[in-house]
Amino acid sequence: MKNRSLVSISDFTKEEQMRVLEVAQEFEKNPVQNIMEGFVVASLFFEPSTRTRLSFESAANRLGGRVIGFSEAGSTSVKKGESLRDTILTIASYADLIVMRNPVEGSARFASEISNVPIINAGDGANQHPTQTLLDLYSIEKTQGTLDNLHVAFVGDLKYGRTVHSLVIALCNFNTTFHLVSPTELKLPSSVKMFIKEKNLEYHQYTNMEDILPVADVLYMTRIQRERFSDPLEYERIKNSYNLHNDMLQETKDNLKVMHPLPRVNEIDVNVDANPKAYYFEQALNGVFVRQALMATILGLR
Amino acid sequence: MSKIIKELKVTAIENGTVIDHIPANVVFRVIRILGLENYGDMVLFATNLESKKYGKKGIIKVSNKYFKPDELNKIALVAPNATIIEIKNHQVSSKNDVMIGDEVIGIVKCFNPNCVTNFEQVDTRFAVVDKEDLKLKCHFCEKITRRNSMEFI
Repeated sequence: MKNRSLVSISDFTKEEQMRVLEVAQEFEKNPVQNIMEGFVVASLFFEPSTRTRLSFESAANRLGGRVIGFSEAGSTSVKKGESLRDTILTIASYADLIVMRNPVEGSARFASEISNVPIINAGDGANQHPTQTLLDLYSIEKTQGTLDNLHVAFVGDLKYGRTVHSLVIALCNFNTTFHLVSPTELKLPSSVKMFIKEKNLEYHQYTNMEDILPVADVLYMTRIQRERFSDPLEYERIKNSYNLHNDMLQETKDNLKVMHPLPRVNEIDVNVDANPKAYYFEQALNGVFVRQALMATILGLR
Repeated sequence: MSKIIKELKVTAIENGTVIDHIPANVVFRVIRILGLENYGDMVLFATNLESKKYGKKGIIKVSNKYFKPDELNKIALVAPNATIIEIKNHQVSSKNDVMIGDEVIGIVKCFNPNCVTNFEQVDTRFAVVDKEDLKLKCHFCEKITRRNSMEFI
């Protein structure tokens, strides 16, 4: 994996993904090491992010690396009309590794083909967000003890949620049973369902969340955005039917964990936070270890 | 007899390639895709010719040039029924159909307005995921461009 870019989760084989998770376990035990001393990571965020940007920067800092970059394109020459090509060609000569989030879809693949240092895609529009997928896999394995044969329920916006798409595709390697809960207009796209069908895996679709609560090992919640609906009344009608409250967790499996890529709005009530089944903040912490592992592997340090 | 008259509409070439059965409305696009605008030798073309099979058709004759299959397959997207006839010493030396390849580079626009290829100077690139229904998956944004939303560059 040395010197390889990570743009889409499928750029790494199942074995390579597992290797990153294995290295992440090491960093979870020992997160402060000086192995990245002398390395410079460019953190290029053309649009806002809390967790992804700060966890990358935290990961690099804890390993002794230096971070340069920006958290909005407004402070760069992009504002003067500089192309992404020129921006990347310039920064590639300042850094050993580039982490980029950009709202333009395909920008990470484009950057990886013109840059002479590896690119890690930290989200390119609605397309891909592979490091979120790796930390989701890590969180599932850590809490369930395995990735194989689990019942994973996805709830909310399954149509536009890029984290859902990448995670579904990645889980197709692990004999997962999928429970897909969404309003009709936000169902999982057929281009993603194709991967489930190719592997002949079991999947069920629901519009009602209650049905899946007793069977799920993992409950992966997502945010439903108002702007996804052509009819605002339809949004008002369904917005509360995909919200999770603490009392709904009573009849669930003991091993159930509630996950969420965050940010949440109101789809998980704050009264769930204290429940031991709530896992989303630990999930966000796992992002640091997984990103440490990914950078160390790509830089050839592990 | 009628065959001879038809041939006379576009002068025969001694050596080179004839591209026949091009839909009448894409002759100029085929010329562009094959880069014939800057070709140094004789290029003859006609369009809106009568065709028994297709109603109206176009034809292009390129003197002293033989194309690689990859070059010709580029036109399969716009002229799927084109026939490629190679002429040597006024004689037909081969006759072939065009085929859609596995990749389409630099011809079709990605229909996703938020795709990087619509912002940066870069050739579009698609994997042909369905030749029958013509579905192209963008190498960059990974979205599918279908026949009905296809625009040529």
